[in-house]
Amino acid sequence: MTATAPATATSLLQTHVFREWSAILTVAALAITGEVLIAAAMRRLGDLDHLRTGPGIRGYLGPVRAILSSPLFLTGALCMALNFFAMLYALSIVDLSLAAPATASLTYIGNAAAAKVFLRENVDRRRWLAVLFVAIGVVLLAK
Amino acid sequence: MTHRLKPSQYAILLTVMLTASVGDTLLSRGMAQIGPVDLHHLPLLFHALANPYIISGIVLLIGFFASYMTALSWADLTFVMPATAFGYVVVALLSRFWLHEHLSLYRWAGIVLIVCAVGFVAGGPSRTEHPDPAHPSSHPNLDLMDSGAGR
Repeated sequence: MTATAPATATSLLQTHVFREWSAILTVAALAITGEVLIAAAMRRLGDLDHLRTGPGIRGYLGPVRAILSSPLFLTGALCMALNFFAMLYALSIVDLSLAAPATASLTYIGNAAAAKVFLRENVDRRRWLAVLFVAIGVVLLAK
Repeated sequence: MTHRLKPSQYAILLTVMLTASVGDTLLSRGMAQIGPVDLHHLPLLFHALANPYIISGIVLLIGFFASYMTALSWADLTFVMPATAFGYVVVALLSRFWLHEHLSLYRWAGIVLIVCAVGFVAGGPSRTEHPDPAHPSSHPNLDLMDSGAGR
């Protein structure tokens, strides 16, 4: 063993931790982008009941067609698909017990901030408190 | 405008809560039967599609996506989010009372926090009202001119 071994080990550990958290942040960022885009698409379409083309199961053709022809929705769905594969990658380098709660609570907090900024939702004190409680609750549930 | 939700809309939110969590649980149960899948054994995934747990999990998750998007068409993202988180509580309670697993104090604390969060949000309005430039009827300038009229 040489004197530099501990230093190398520390920097290796740092690199690994950096890679883990980059993967977690990427997963959360893709989820936030996807959810906000899909929410924006649905907000723009409005209440889906009004888009129904008739009674029964065929009446849902209207909403389905409207959703599938929305560029906002398609971009959001692409982000969610990328999020799925990013999560698969993340799970290959991060333990599930860290990856699942970390991405979930980061996504909740990021979603609230993004909903306020981009969707101009009225995120009042009550909703911030709810987001904070959910973020902590999800971490506790994973313990 | 207070935006009281219709019973059918509560039903949609309930579907969002239940389908996501139960669907995930079914998927994980099915995949546990299939075993680990890596890039060299991708055909195993097709094998997984024949597993009844996987099939019912996928059906429930499709139902989740449909009801989630329906909810987003009349409610704010920050209003629907705690509902999706409530799914974790459902899974934890299912594992406690159905599978008789032990829940640690941490998990009970997490359940209490998420239930509180749902309570905070459910008491408020479901939708932020702001003039939408996509619809001429609610143009900001028109809103200024006839504010208060006809609402």
